[in-house]
Amino acid sequence: MSLLAEVRLVAAKDLRIEVRSRVLLAQVLPFGAIVVLLFAFALDPDRGILARVAPGLFWIAVLLAALLAIGRAFAVEQAHGARDGLRLAGLDPASVFLGKAAAIVVQLLVLEVVLGLAVVALYGVDLRGGAVLLAAAVAATLGLASTGTLYGVLAAGLRARETLLPLLLLPVLAPVMLGATRAFEDALDGATADAWPWVALLVVFALLYTGVGMLAFGPLWEDA
Amino acid sequence: MSEPRPRGFAADRDASLPLTPVSSVVRLRTAVCLLGRFPALAGLDLDLDAGGVVLLSGPNGAGKTTLLRLLAGLLPLHSGEATVLGADLGVDRRSHRRRLALVGHDTFCYDDLTVRENLRFSARAAGRDAAAADAAMARLGLEPIADVVHARLSAGQRRRLALAVALGRDPELLLLDEPHAGLDAEGREVLDALLRDARAEGRTVLVASHELDRTRALADREVVVRGGRAYPVEAA
Repeated sequence: MSLLAEVRLVAAKDLRIEVRSRVLLAQVLPFGAIVVLLFAFALDPDRGILARVAPGLFWIAVLLAALLAIGRAFAVEQAHGARDGLRLAGLDPASVFLGKAAAIVVQLLVLEVVLGLAVVALYGVDLRGGAVLLAAAVAATLGLASTGTLYGVLAAGLRARETLLPLLLLPVLAPVMLGATRAFEDALDGATADAWPWVALLVVFALLYTGVGMLAFGPLWEDA
Repeated sequence: MSEPRPRGFAADRDASLPLTPVSSVVRLRTAVCLLGRFPALAGLDLDLDAGGVVLLSGPNGAGKTTLLRLLAGLLPLHSGEATVLGADLGVDRRSHRRRLALVGHDTFCYDDLTVRENLRFSARAAGRDAAAADAAMARLGLEPIADVVHARLSAGQRRRLALAVALGRDPELLLLDEPHAGLDAEGREVLDALLRDARAEGRTVLVASHELDRTRALADREVVVRGGRAYPVEAA
């Protein structure tokens, strides 16, 4: 079986589990929406501030909700020895990494669309620079998913994985937060030329962690 | 019930002796496997030829499960030599996995997937097609619950599913850890038939079991595991 076929197999399996369990719909999305709503309450009534800091608040909400999705991606492998079953399948670990990351990407893109609409509605943001917003969101999502998958498998082998995953992951994701927030700010301000270097940073980060993940996931997956 | 008489201390053999048969599926020499710091396998020797059913007996904690997991490549070899289906487990624990199947204490299945989905995922991952998964499902009598998610299965149904997952992978080497546990009388009959069929098809089956009389009746050989070492039992 080719690498692409293995990636599709793993991603389809993870997405089918998420659709069936409705964890994304019933838990992750509502959690993200509540975070967005709480920011609105905390900074109300000055809607001017909300509109100015909307990019940062949006990506913080995405990041916090992403932690749930990433933790979930590895929690499903813990029950009934499913992880051993996946190891026994003999799939290339790089395929498992890419498949799991792809499933997380799909979930995060759904999450970002819903939270983006909530931010526009609640924070009074005028959408501009659509191409930059789209490119930055996709690149940041790839970076989040690849980094999350790599650190997710690292934390999966630890006893206190639920609390350690955010501790391990959040500092590493600082460049994604910075790049995505600045790219969104520049795009919404109409300064798209200033936004593209941040998008480039996000692309480099995503490529770097995808490459590192494909190499490092195997040993971590075997020993987790 | 009397314990089978050990033939000798396998670990005392000269490791340089050419004991490996041409059709060897498993060859272990002074294999040591650690669980934490505890040597669950403490210098174990074992040779298995291709084809046939081998009973792995021994008390709880003797190292049977560890041995099966080592052979499946799920546990690392600490020292010694281990070759399974031609793969040297000291350097490569992954390449032989597609050619074997392990039925362990867990089902290796996903709660939110149905019986059919779990079987097809496992079969496809092993390079088999959906037809192989469906055939295994029919063989284990799981068709009536094909669309039931794993979380809603009874313990016996889960056991049958675990066996079907293994069968759907069409393995050359089948590793069964307490396969009778949780099965009803009908399920045990199905399992016995599976073991007979596996032997007839030329598969190599290693069964760790406490159902000694039942499994001995089907086995070609018996190996006692005790204290992390293996003691082949002489034929009667």
